[in-house]
Amino acid sequence: MSSSAAPMIEMAAVSKWYSPQFQVLKDCTTSVDRGEVVVVCGPSGSGKSTLIKCVNALEPFQAGTIRVDGINLSDPGTNLPKLRARIGMVFQHFELFPHLRITENLCLAQEKVLGRSREEAMAKGRALLDRVGLSEHAEKFPGQLSGGQQQRVAIARALAMDPIAMLFDEPTSALDPEMITEVLDVMVELAREGMTMMVVTHEMGFARKVAHRVVFMDRGEIIEDRSKDEFFGSPRSDRAQLFLSKILSH
Amino acid sequence: MNYTWNWGIFWELNPEGTGTYLDMLLMGLRWTLATAALAAAIALVFGSIIGVIRTLPHRGLVLAGDAWVEFFRNIPLLVQLFLWYFVLPELLPKAAGTWLKTLPNASFWTGAIGVGLFMSSRVAEQVKAGIRSLPRGQSLAGTALGLTTAQTYRYILLPMAFRIILPPLTSELLNTVKNTSVALTIGLMELTARTRAMQEYSFQVFEAFTAATLIYLALNAALTFLMRRLERAVAVPGYVTGK
Repeated sequence: MSSSAAPMIEMAAVSKWYSPQFQVLKDCTTSVDRGEVVVVCGPSGSGKSTLIKCVNALEPFQAGTIRVDGINLSDPGTNLPKLRARIGMVFQHFELFPHLRITENLCLAQEKVLGRSREEAMAKGRALLDRVGLSEHAEKFPGQLSGGQQQRVAIARALAMDPIAMLFDEPTSALDPEMITEVLDVMVELAREGMTMMVVTHEMGFARKVAHRVVFMDRGEIIEDRSKDEFFGSPRSDRAQLFLSKILSH
Repeated sequence: MNYTWNWGIFWELNPEGTGTYLDMLLMGLRWTLATAALAAAIALVFGSIIGVIRTLPHRGLVLAGDAWVEFFRNIPLLVQLFLWYFVLPELLPKAAGTWLKTLPNASFWTGAIGVGLFMSSRVAEQVKAGIRSLPRGQSLAGTALGLTTAQTYRYILLPMAFRIILPPLTSELLNTVKNTSVALTIGLMELTARTRAMQEYSFQVFEAFTAATLIYLALNAALTFLMRRLERAVAVPGYVTGK
C-alpha cells in the first residue's frame, strides 16, 4: 500500500467550500516527499491553515484527493483515527490537555490509541521530554509552563506517536518573541534528522534554514510551489513579492 | 396574634405512633434525602448524555437532545409530576397501568424520577455550555492524536467541562434537593409533607416550619461545603478559566 518512491503527502485538486458562495481552497495541488520539509506561507485568510488541516482530515474537503503514505483519505474504507495517529500535528495554541500532567499528556494517546503499556509510554515520553529539554517539568501541569515550553511539550507529544510525518500549524504565532527560538530550534533539529514536515509559518528564517520547498498561498489558491532558493531568489508572482517585501522588510 | 409557643413539641409523641414529632420530621428528611439522591443521580447521568449529544456533529441527535431539554424544561415541575403519577398509568395498557399504580412506594419512584428528569434538562444545558466553552483546538488535538470521538470526550473534553461547570452544578444540586418538596403533592411523605402533618396534628405551625427551614438550610449548607471541597480537590494547577 505504500512505496518509498511515492510522496508521503499528495494533494490533487483539493477544493473546499464553507458555503456555496465561499470557497476556501481552490484546486490545491502539491506534495511532500519523504524526508522533505515544505513551508506553507501566505497572507492571513489565504487558506494555509485549512489546507494543512485537510492533510489529516481534521477539515473535510469536498473535491480532490489527498493521499498520505499512499492511503486515500476520502476512501470510505480508510480508518481515519488510525491514519491520524501516524501523522503528528502541532497547533498554534499548543492544545495541551490542561487537566493532565505533562507526562500524562505524552502518554494518553500512546496508551489509548497505540495500546502501549504505561511503562513503555512513560519511557518514550520521558526520552522525548529530555530531547526537548523539559525533563524537570515532567510532573507539572501545562498551565504551569511558559508558552514556548508548552509548544515543545506539544511537539514531544506528537513525536511520541512515532509519526511518519509532522504537520505544524503556525507553531510560533502565539508565542512571545523570546520564546520563538526555543521552538524553532527543536523544529530545525527535527528537520535535519530527516522528518517529513509540512509547516505553516511566517518564520522565513526557518524556511531559509531548513525548508526544501516553499508553497505560497493567497485567497485559497497555491500561487507558487517552488524550491526554497527559487522562491526566495526570485518569486515570480507579484503577490508573493508583495508578501515577502512586507514580512522581510524588518 | 393568639399563639402559644411550644418549642418542647418536638419531644412530644406524635399521634401516628411513630415516636416523637422530631422523629416524624427526621423520617421525612430520610425520604427527602433518598429522593434527592436518586433524582440527582438521574439528572447527572441523563443530563450528561443529553448535553454531550447536543454537541455532536449529528443533526438528528442534536434535535433529539434539544427536544428532551425543551420538553422537561418548559413544563412546570408540578405538572410533570402529575403527568407521571396520575396521567401516565391511564395511558398505558391496562396491565402496565395497574402495575404502576400498585407499585410499592410509587410516589417515591415517581417523585425521584420526575424531579430527576426535570433537572436533567438543566444539567444538559450546563454540560453543553461547559463543552462549548473549551477551545475547538482541544477536540482537534484529541482527534489529531488518533483518539476516537468517544475517547476525546472521555479523556479530554468532559474532564475539563465538568470542572468548569462545577459551581453551577452545585446550584442545580441544591435545586434538586428543594424540588423534592413538590413530590408531597403526589403523596410522598418527605420533609415538607411531614412538616405540614406536624402542623395539622399539633397546631404548632411556627415551630414546625422553623424546624423544616433549619433542616433544609443545614442540608444545603452541607452540600455546598462538600461541593466546594470537591472543586478545590479537582482544581487544575496553573489553569486560569477563560484563558
